[in-house]
Amino acid sequence: MIYDLIIEPFIEFSFMRRSLMGCFSIALGASPVGVFLMLRRMSLTGDAIAHAILPGAAIGYLISGLSLTAMTFGGLIAGMVVVLLTGLVTRNTILREDTSLASFYLISLALGVLIVTLRGTNVNLMHILFGTILALDDSTLFLLSSISTITLIVLALFYRPLILECLDSAFLKSVSPMSGVAHYLFLSLTVLNLVGGFHAMGTLLSVGMMIIPAAAARFWSRNVQGLILTSILFSFLGGIMGLILSYHFAFPTGPSIILVIGLIYISSILFGRYESLFVQLFPRTHLEG
Amino acid sequence: MPKIVSCKNLTLGYDRHPAVHHLSFDFQFGSLTAIAGPNGGGKSTLLKGITGSLQPLEGSLEFSNSQSVEVAYLPQLSDVDPSFPVTVIDFISMGLWNDIGSFSGISSSMEDRIYESISSLGLIGYEDRPIGTLSGGEMQRVLFARLLLQDADLVLLDEPFNSIDRQTTDFLLHLILEWHREGRTIIIALHDLEDIRSNFPETLILGREMIAHGRTEEVLTKENLSHAHELCKAFNQHADICSRITPSFF
Repeated sequence: MIYDLIIEPFIEFSFMRRSLMGCFSIALGASPVGVFLMLRRMSLTGDAIAHAILPGAAIGYLISGLSLTAMTFGGLIAGMVVVLLTGLVTRNTILREDTSLASFYLISLALGVLIVTLRGTNVNLMHILFGTILALDDSTLFLLSSISTITLIVLALFYRPLILECLDSAFLKSVSPMSGVAHYLFLSLTVLNLVGGFHAMGTLLSVGMMIIPAAAARFWSRNVQGLILTSILFSFLGGIMGLILSYHFAFPTGPSIILVIGLIYISSILFGRYESLFVQLFPRTHLEG
Repeated sequence: MPKIVSCKNLTLGYDRHPAVHHLSFDFQFGSLTAIAGPNGGGKSTLLKGITGSLQPLEGSLEFSNSQSVEVAYLPQLSDVDPSFPVTVIDFISMGLWNDIGSFSGISSSMEDRIYESISSLGLIGYEDRPIGTLSGGEMQRVLFARLLLQDADLVLLDEPFNSIDRQTTDFLLHLILEWHREGRTIIIALHDLEDIRSNFPETLILGREMIAHGRTEEVLTKENLSHAHELCKAFNQHADICSRITPSFF
């Protein structure tokens, strides 16, 4: 019974195994990035950058069709341009990061929609917006796993400056020139993971695997390592269960995965270990000192 | 005594409006100086200028060139996000940044230093508490512990005792005097005149320019302070170009 429900689809069909592999790769890279986004109160930034990628991917598509390389590079370039322009404007003018990022990503998004509708069909727009996780070929899988590998290595190497940049960036500035480096490096990782994610989940939903697991993890852990591990675990769970749901009920896959992660998030709000509604409604007796 | 920092005709400010202008004086190595003056007098601005986070509008600020100077700075309002999931000991350990940088580990001798600073701030037992659970005074002691670990030659403190109770203030004052005895140079912006009189041998009075600088008992007078107060009322949104600017290239 359990075998039929959960294991059989993956043994029977190689596209299911590939999708699972893709989910795990995205989870390993995107979830830790999401934790840092959350800690820097930049969760919506992930969403904005995901939109900013669109015109790059669309131009890549115009030049060479549904080519992985062209769309990846296009997306990377568009994402990086928006991030760099935002950084420049924020650091040198009166505008704060939220406003300058919002302006640039909206310009970018409009450009993307314009390009796609002028030259493509709606099917292509659907591909870019919602991804094709059930049709991951070798090179896409390779891309996804490379991105998560790079992400994990960079996070491990720059863990300390990244944490300090979130926690007390004025202090980091006063002791080291790493503050700017950490900021741009981190934004690059965000762009990289979103570009990877959009092949599988599309530009809109790829943010979901970044932000929601991190938000859910906040109710289960009180240190950064714990948050990262918990969020990866939630993404894994969401990936497996989303794929199974979509297999048995013929649901679209991307939304199924995100909705399962969404369920985990809501359960965490209700029953999580720290400051969940349950803990607040039924507090344990306080200690002596 | 050699100079650790010298200001030459230093003007610091925001949007062309000087917060404090035409400062020319030196801080000596190993000195213990309080900066007094009304709100808006330029105390914090001067400290920001010394840390380098604010560039001079005019003039210059030079550090001693005979030896390199490590600066540690405690801002008036810290940027620390109290909801960030970090423990007291991890937070304090980052004071070792100059030794460990981005990549090095913490050796056992450094661990001893961390525990020393924790115990000298009376924070034993707090090591594993998340910083979000601390009171204002406790957090200030945590910031002092990190400052202590930075082991800097020049320590800048911007009104560190605001909303801190008397007992904790005395405790921290005692610690600052200890740092001074160890040979560090200390510059501290303070409001409490009694604290200044009884602890700090030198005082600088700012009222958008230098009013007086010297031995505390000579400069911390009613006349100087009310003069500083008068000058602070003079902010003018549509001010002309300052007539005291040394003519250079225009």
